[in-house]
Amino acid sequence: MKLWLTAATHTAAQVDHLIFALLLISCAVLVLVFGLLLLYMFKYRAGSDIDRGTLPKKTWRVEAAWTAVTLLAFFGLFIWGAGLYVQLFQSPRDALRIYVVGKQFMWKVEHDGGQREINAIHLPIDIDIQLVMTSEDVIHDFSVPAFRIKHDVLPGRYETLWFHVDKPGTYHLFCTQLCGVDHANMIGQIVAMPKTDYQQWLAQSETTQTLAAAGKTLFMRYGCSGCHGSSGAGGTQSQSTVRAPSLVGLYGSPVTLSDGSIVKADERYIRDCILTPARQRVASYLPVMPSFAGEISEEDLLKIIAYLKSLADGSRP
Amino acid sequence: MNATAIQPPLEMEGSYLDDGFSLRSWLLTTDHKRIAILYLASITTFFFIGGAAAALVRYNLIVPQGMIHSAETYNRLFTLHGVVMVWFFLVPAVPVTLGNFIVPLMLGARDLAFPKLNLFSWYLFMIGGIVVLYSLFTGGVDTGWTFYTPLTTTYAKGHVVATVVGIFIAGFSSIATGLNFIVTIHRLRAPGMTWFRMPVFLWSLYATSVILVLATPVLAMTLVLLGFERVFHIGVFDPALGGDPLLFQHLFWFYSHPAVYIMILPGFGIVSEIIPAFARKPLFGYSFVVWASIGIAVISFLVWGHHMFVAGTSLFSALVFSILSYMVAVPSAIKVFNWIGTMHKGFIRFDAPMLYALGFIGLFTMGGLTGLFVAALAADVHLTQTYFVVAHFHYVMVGGMVSAFFAGLHYWWPKITGRMYPEMWGRAGALIIFIGFHLTFFPQFVLGYLGMPRRYHAYPPEFQVLNVLSSAGATILAVGYLLPLAYLTWSLFRGERAPWNPWAATGLEWKTPSPPPTYNFAVTPAADAEPYAYSPPSRQAPV
Amino acid sequence: MSATVLPRAFQYSSAQHQSQTAISGMWLFLASEMLFFGVLFLSWIFCRHWNPIGFDAGARQTALTLGTINSVLLLTSSVTYTAGTRCIEAGNVRGLTGWCLLTGLLGLAFLGVKFGLEWHDDFSKHLFPGSEFAIQGPTRAGAQLFFVFYFVATALHGLHMIVGIALLGWIIRRARRGAFSSEYSTPVAVVGLYWSFVDMVWVVLYPLIYLIGRNSI
Repeated sequence: MKLWLTAATHTAAQVDHLIFALLLISCAVLVLVFGLLLLYMFKYRAGSDIDRGTLPKKTWRVEAAWTAVTLLAFFGLFIWGAGLYVQLFQSPRDALRIYVVGKQFMWKVEHDGGQREINAIHLPIDIDIQLVMTSEDVIHDFSVPAFRIKHDVLPGRYETLWFHVDKPGTYHLFCTQLCGVDHANMIGQIVAMPKTDYQQWLAQSETTQTLAAAGKTLFMRYGCSGCHGSSGAGGTQSQSTVRAPSLVGLYGSPVTLSDGSIVKADERYIRDCILTPARQRVASYLPVMPSFAGEISEEDLLKIIAYLKSLADGSRP
Repeated sequence: MNATAIQPPLEMEGSYLDDGFSLRSWLLTTDHKRIAILYLASITTFFFIGGAAAALVRYNLIVPQGMIHSAETYNRLFTLHGVVMVWFFLVPAVPVTLGNFIVPLMLGARDLAFPKLNLFSWYLFMIGGIVVLYSLFTGGVDTGWTFYTPLTTTYAKGHVVATVVGIFIAGFSSIATGLNFIVTIHRLRAPGMTWFRMPVFLWSLYATSVILVLATPVLAMTLVLLGFERVFHIGVFDPALGGDPLLFQHLFWFYSHPAVYIMILPGFGIVSEIIPAFARKPLFGYSFVVWASIGIAVISFLVWGHHMFVAGTSLFSALVFSILSYMVAVPSAIKVFNWIGTMHKGFIRFDAPMLYALGFIGLFTMGGLTGLFVAALAADVHLTQTYFVVAHFHYVMVGGMVSAFFAGLHYWWPKITGRMYPEMWGRAGALIIFIGFHLTFFPQFVLGYLGMPRRYHAYPPEFQVLNVLSSAGATILAVGYLLPLAYLTWSLFRGERAPWNPWAATGLEWKTPSPPPTYNFAVTPAADAEPYAYSPPSRQAPV
Repeated sequence: MSATVLPRAFQYSSAQHQSQTAISGMWLFLASEMLFFGVLFLSWIFCRHWNPIGFDAGARQTALTLGTINSVLLLTSSVTYTAGTRCIEAGNVRGLTGWCLLTGLLGLAFLGVKFGLEWHDDFSKHLFPGSEFAIQGPTRAGAQLFFVFYFVATALHGLHMIVGIALLGWIIRRARRGAFSSEYSTPVAVVGLYWSFVDMVWVVLYPLIYLIGRNSI
């Protein structure tokens, strides 16, 4: 019978501390409550003759006291839980990215170098890793109990999870949002290994091209180059009469929208531009970009985004 | 305010049970007591239907690959269990049975404010129930009782629309009941009964009714939008068309979280009646308990986002909902301390209602404490969507609310039926339920921490031992639930006749015969005594 | 003579007690209805925030003239009903039935304009969300969403109007049978509250459907 769950990351261990503290507090309260109940059930049973004395008149002092103690304890627990959660929420900047697409009933995983996996992720320990996840159909949830993390994976948007594995090993991956008939079969493994082993695994995996190279091909095929230029450098460079913004250096930079607000051009932004361009109009450009909703699959979208990222940092696709 | 009691004394012969024996006299009654009995029959049926589904669920989970080989059947079973138990048992149970019967009596009134509306609400409940049962049994729904989109709107097969229509209809039954109680409590209190002389059961039902009236319409509209989207394939929850699946979750939980307080608040009220009666002491901190009930009702509307900590909401939203969730736990804790305070220096008797009430305090406290785990953001990330949460809500709902319901049922059984239940069997039932419950659900806390997801028809083998323990406990729990069905039914025919006030309890409901006559009181009783005016046994003359 | 009038139901202590209770009951019911429609409006506003351009494209297709005519009809009907209430409070039963009839006719006219003319127009212009939706291009998704809300809201409002008209019929029938007098006209007041509520819902719907976004670029 399994009674212990490995904590494979540092944050997992911290979550365990919080859960353990909650357990201790709960036990203390239960000892108090059950203890008093049992004590009173015995001591003050109807048949017992002990002197009950007079009843306290003013009870509000007692009420205020136990209310205050409760409030204080709860506030402390809130702070503790919130602090850890904030850490979990904010991915570090230079994390290694791995892309996950959930669909009924499997997890499709892609690494930057084009390596693909189904229902498994091989990854290196001792480095920050961020998962960029989306769904092709319904809401799923990517859950790794050993890391004490999970997050819903939604269609139509990107959600992220990050972690830093300390202990190499193989860990359960579960889908934890009811997604249909085979929800319980949407499980897999996270295989965490030392960096050298990971490099070996990358080299040995079958891959045709990196994500970014594949993305470049798609960039042409879907006609993006028609307005944005063959190397994404903008409409003025291309033969078309459409004035489209340059995409070089776009990823990660701030963009001013027509209503004056400024957003960061991350994965979500680029994906929204491609699928629902009418929703966010870029300042000083006419809203003429067509929508590609329903035409480009989630995996192809990720490849195009990888290509645009390569334009940002100047690395060759 | 209340007019003076100028009704002439009414001629009363026999009890409400003798007032007509035809089917018509029951099906067209406007007597709140008869309607309560109609409801009792309905919710008992629904309870055992939902319970049968639960039994099959636990049966399936004995082996890792699932005893029921069809994942689809399993998914339909837990959906049926959730839908029936939530909307056709937990939400209505105490208000429509004990509430309908006792509220007018406890107020010193002759009926509710709108008796015909009361009957209509039973018919709405039955129609909704029949529609839901029909759809669940002819093909069913496999989306879980939470109906998340876009699974439910676009991908799921099954009778989603019919199920949702049934729930929609039953929702109006809830609203009607809540409306009736609020107006009755405001307008039909006996002379002398000021707000702060009302027993806590009435306050609890008042708070419950406020939530019923204000939260249920939100569910109604959410289901309308869901149904529209499913039928026309266009809608507000589909991201492919500019809609937002999270909008569904916000709307759904905006109702469903207050709904769980609809379920538990009446339970708090029942326990607040029973503990003083069987400890022969006034309720400790009466006004605190009252304000705690109101506080719970208000704050319950502000915590829905704690169901969405990993759903993709903002960090800010998570922080706000977490702190508010801790706040809502404080009034519940206050109540537990007050009940224990009531027992201090009391003269405690251990009749079945008291045993059930004590079981409630233990089980509810455990459930409530585990709520603190899931209110802690980082802990929730690990524990949500696992068996930990399943155990948490079963501890409060089943361990808590169902125990309280049984406590109230036993406490008021003599008043309702005019018969005493067999005491030994009553105590046995309370004990079996307490033990069976722990055996069933405690292992699930461990399972959840270890990572076993909920709603899985099959699971990795390392979770088997705990699952088998849980299923074994479920068989004991089942016995615990069947036992009262047996001996309470027996007592209707062979139970000892009950006096007006078998427990020597305070409260106006005990100042009329058991069972009461149709018009409740010959003359409206005076109601200016303080509530829970208990004194030590030697000075109390039993009625 | 100051004897309190006996109530019609035994749990009340006087007729006034019962009548005031009935009115509080209707207010409470209307509170729940406010939450029902409130969720719809909230979702509408939320979706509009995320699809402003599409919603505007949809809003431009609504029939402003017909909507305005309907507003006039409905607001007038509230006035006529109130006139009826004043009549019965003064003991004038024929006045009550007359004004109620007029109110009902105005209500029926509203329904005729809304479903007979406006919806008919909307359908023939392919504005019902679906594969043949009239507006194409980048604003399609938002405009379809706008019309989802439009159809759901007007259907629900129309349903409430139908219930209201049935209630008016019930009042007229009871009045003809002599149920009401200057001493007792509680059901008239209760139905009046309901009718006013249905009116209020329209007052919120009108700008949401016809005004917001109409003149945007």
